[in-house]
Amino acid sequence: MSKITVGISDQKLCRSPDELVTYALGSCVGICLADVEAGVAGMAHIMLPDSRELPDDKNRAKFADTAAEMLYRKMLAEGASSSRITAKIAGGANMFAGISTLMNIGERNVAAVKEALKRLNIPLLAEDTGLNYGRTVSFSAKNGKMTVSSGLKGTIEL
Amino acid sequence: MGIKKYEELSPDQIEILKEIGNIGSGNAATALSSILGRRIGVDIPQCTLAGFSEAIELIGDPQRLTGGIIVRLSGDFDGMLLHLFEAPFASAVLSVLTGRENVFPNELSEEDISALSEVGNIMSGSYIAAVANMAGMKIDMSVPCLAVDMLGAIISVPEVELSQTGDTILVIKENFTIDSVEVRSEILLIPSAGSLGGLLDRLGAAT
Repeated sequence: MSKITVGISDQKLCRSPDELVTYALGSCVGICLADVEAGVAGMAHIMLPDSRELPDDKNRAKFADTAAEMLYRKMLAEGASSSRITAKIAGGANMFAGISTLMNIGERNVAAVKEALKRLNIPLLAEDTGLNYGRTVSFSAKNGKMTVSSGLKGTIEL
Repeated sequence: MGIKKYEELSPDQIEILKEIGNIGSGNAATALSSILGRRIGVDIPQCTLAGFSEAIELIGDPQRLTGGIIVRLSGDFDGMLLHLFEAPFASAVLSVLTGRENVFPNELSEEDISALSEVGNIMSGSYIAAVANMAGMKIDMSVPCLAVDMLGAIISVPEVELSQTGDTILVIKENFTIDSVEVRSEILLIPSAGSLGGLLDRLGAAT
């Protein structure tokens, strides 16, 4: 089993038994998609909610709406079935209240991811989102389990 | 004038930014020294321009538990100042101010947090005062916010802000020493790309 790292505004796929991992999400959101039967999983690490707010930005993997769709298409191309793909998400924290000029960016990222999943008809099975701390997320293509660990709050499996 | 992206900076201009960091952190070190009554040194400044993931890797292990005090800068200059520290620095500060050592990261009391924030505030204020004075700029600072969390999650805060205008971050960074011992305490100046032109112009270093 190998662990494949997903960077910031990046997305990757892997096959069972491999795992995807993205480190230290703050207000960013990790979108995990899986078709366990086909043994395919994908993960995206998004920073901002809405690509329409920055139409000149070419990095579509940065935004919740476009990144979710890109990841979904890659899953289908890799043999996942649209009827079996499910999602789990984590992140969207509010790290330092009052510092950012971007109001409630974590919350808006989570809402935008959920909206994108709904539009793509992908059921959201689990989430660990919000609050005020960072999260590292691992996701297994073998069983679709998402493991979320944080600096001071321990590790949970979803 | 007219710098819109970090990538437009010349090597000479990057040297000037390092000098700015040097002057800011020298002043911050003096302030810290008078609080702690100890000798505070500053390492050679570094100026890093990198993609978001790479920048975090260059600063340290993204999952490492780190204290971060962040201040937002506005006025003639737009950006953030981030003071990162680990346990030895927290102990050095708290032993003087609250008498509670070895409480970082798990057992910080309200009093410890406010003492660390206050020290962060004084260091940031000294840093920015030196830069503002040198450049003849008026730079406003927000109230400092402290978090203890994974390094990557802390640095993602300025990165998310910068992600609206690009995919890279410029960090001007110095590490402090206490009585010549490295204590992993760094001040990071993170200017927005748009405010670099104005700063360099004031220093007579615009292209």
